[in-house]
Amino acid sequence: MNTKTILICGVGGQGVLTASDLLSDVLLEAGRNVKKSEVHGMSQRGGDVLCTVRFGQEVFSPISALGEASYLLAFEKLEALRHINSLRPDGIVLANDFVWEPVPVAAGFEQYPEGIEETLKKYAREVVMIPATRLALELGNERATNVILIGLLASRTDIAKEIWMRVVERKVPPKSVDLNLKAFEKGYSFAR
Amino acid sequence: MAATELLSGNEAIARGAYEAGITFASAYPGTPSTEILENIVRYKDVIYAQWGANEKTAVEEALGASFTGARALVTMKHVGLNVAADPLFSASYIGTTGALIIVSADDPGMHSSQNEQDNRNYAKAAKIPVLEPVDSQEAKDFVIEAVRISEAFDTPVMLRMTTRTSHSRSAVRLGERATPPEIEYKSDFFKRNLLPANALKRHVEVEKRMDRLAEFADTFAANQIIPGRERVGVVASGISYQYGREVFPDAWFLKVAMPHPFPVKKLAELAGHVDTIYVLEENDPILETEVRLHQPGKRVVGKDLFPKIGEMTPDRILAALGRKDLTPRFDTDSIPKRPPTLCAGCSHRSVFYNLNRLKVMSRGDIGCYTLGALRPLSAMDVCVDMGASITSQLGIEKALEKAGKSIKQVAVIGDSTFFHSGITGLLDVIFNRGKSTVVILDNSITAMTGHQQNPGSGHTLLGEVAGRVDIFKLVRDGLGIANTYEIDGYDLNGIRDLLQREIAREEPSVIVVRRPCVMLFRKAQWSPMTVDPQTCVYCRSCLKIGCPAITSRDGKAFIVPELCNGCTVCSQVCPTKPVKAIRFADEKGLHIAETTLADYLSGGKS
Repeated sequence: MNTKTILICGVGGQGVLTASDLLSDVLLEAGRNVKKSEVHGMSQRGGDVLCTVRFGQEVFSPISALGEASYLLAFEKLEALRHINSLRPDGIVLANDFVWEPVPVAAGFEQYPEGIEETLKKYAREVVMIPATRLALELGNERATNVILIGLLASRTDIAKEIWMRVVERKVPPKSVDLNLKAFEKGYSFAR
Repeated sequence: MAATELLSGNEAIARGAYEAGITFASAYPGTPSTEILENIVRYKDVIYAQWGANEKTAVEEALGASFTGARALVTMKHVGLNVAADPLFSASYIGTTGALIIVSADDPGMHSSQNEQDNRNYAKAAKIPVLEPVDSQEAKDFVIEAVRISEAFDTPVMLRMTTRTSHSRSAVRLGERATPPEIEYKSDFFKRNLLPANALKRHVEVEKRMDRLAEFADTFAANQIIPGRERVGVVASGISYQYGREVFPDAWFLKVAMPHPFPVKKLAELAGHVDTIYVLEENDPILETEVRLHQPGKRVVGKDLFPKIGEMTPDRILAALGRKDLTPRFDTDSIPKRPPTLCAGCSHRSVFYNLNRLKVMSRGDIGCYTLGALRPLSAMDVCVDMGASITSQLGIEKALEKAGKSIKQVAVIGDSTFFHSGITGLLDVIFNRGKSTVVILDNSITAMTGHQQNPGSGHTLLGEVAGRVDIFKLVRDGLGIANTYEIDGYDLNGIRDLLQREIAREEPSVIVVRRPCVMLFRKAQWSPMTVDPQTCVYCRSCLKIGCPAITSRDGKAFIVPELCNGCTVCSQVCPTKPVKAIRFADEKGLHIAETTLADYLSGGKS
């Protein structure tokens, strides 16, 4: 079966759903069949969020199997670790170098793990850490974090950059098009 | 060529309602069903849509609409149908004039529910057909099919979704809208007045209808046989069908679009091509029971091997077959979980923080505030179903009283849940001489499911200004509970004092804690708080309120400015003197956050 899987994970409120919508539209426009599954509900309240995007000739299941994803796009470091088992051993982690402590950690009940990047490297072919939240703040709006991460993902795929930019332009609110195109470029040109 | 769009199952149902000529839609919000009605609003020029106070009222209103010949659709989550079970069974006997479609969104895996009941059982019990789509295309198409079946067979039709079919996106071909039928109300006493004498005759019609539907099942094109290359058969419905296609690429399939009544002849046809039949379905063995009954000679594999509990997944099927080892490479149990929390600035926090400090456990209810059960607030030990906070507490109170005992009693319920089924519980308290303290958390919106209007919001689903029920006045003046109080959700000490006083009182009392949901107003009104590291003694008091915006940095408390909504609760618990270590980052914030309850009530900010 030639179905490919990209996982996008993060914390409720970080823009994970929007990013996965963007990715799905890009894939559709690039002529792939696409299915996507989302987690709603409790996850809007600061819980972990996972979106699965699967694409190929004919896609049946909208959810992926263990060790199947080619890419894991993580909006928060701990969330990358939470979903690392879904990645293929030769898969790639693209992670926001950003810590958002879960409440049980902040309240002192649990410890935030150390050395996440090193751990991720044991289970992936490549790990790219990008300070997307900081870059977004430099651009003037933290909400651009998700498009920076999408830009990074775009730079690793064989889908034309123009398609990505066209979809970003279409999907974001009209007054933030400029900001988001800049954000996309920041991600796309990161570590090149 | 028809336009194709990537739609979620819920969006596809909304589109299906449009194309099927539906003109009336109602619902009570509940994950994973909520977005159906929200998307139907896109077609408000041709479809009237409304939230009901609960699922029962929503179903009855849709049934009434059907009486006029209008095609009606009503949606809810699986447990909502428990609330609406009464009109469901009556609607089955009455049948339809215009189509009546009941969408039940089940939640295998309990992503956001208290159980994983399989509502196909309701279709069987109420004697109505149920359709189960496998993707968004079918979700749309089956609304149209359901309308046809409903009108042709004089029956309500259930459309069973699950979290995965509701919340996954796939391509959908869009079509044109059918012309809705003429609307006119004509009396039909013998059909619609279920006096026993009439109902007995209606039951005869129901049984005849189900016989005709059983014959139809075998001609219904959506019940489909997909040829394979091996003598292995799979009978599946819903999302499990998709998983099956991945796990058994060479098998014969019977895709069951209508699990009840079951297509017996199509099963026989499948059986002719295969030696073994695997049955894939989430939750209960509904299909499997039919397969075993009608193909007793075949080797059938179902719930004896595949999971009964939780979601079906391709991995779980493979593991059950012994074809995949699911031992994880990395042990994710070793890392901290990220449970959902009350939002930064949520006004419910003050209540649970105080209950925790007062060592009073609450009987809780269904809503965002159920999160008050989790650490570090840990102030809720009961959560049963919509409305059960007040009633379960009354039961505890009365049983203890009879035994000569008592405990500090508090029930906590939100505004939408109170309207849904809390009022009746409060009636029981009043007329049974209860002494409970009931805290009603009024944020003027149904927040948990994503901010839907309710009878206290002052607006309808379609955004029109509507009558607004004032819970304080309803309880004090309408139900006549003299000890009814109203307080601002950010008034931490005021809430503590009220709780202490009212819990001790030997009479029923109600505390209405008011603040509009912060997620509706954030940034627009408040500046974030900040910690002055010079003053902070790192006593961690603010970390114990369970706010996602507060963390530690360099040995001091730190407030993430992007997350903080300036509610001031952390500042109120900050003990440093004479100056608090937590203050507004922007002085203007202070002015705005002191906005009083009166301002809110009169300011039209909802």
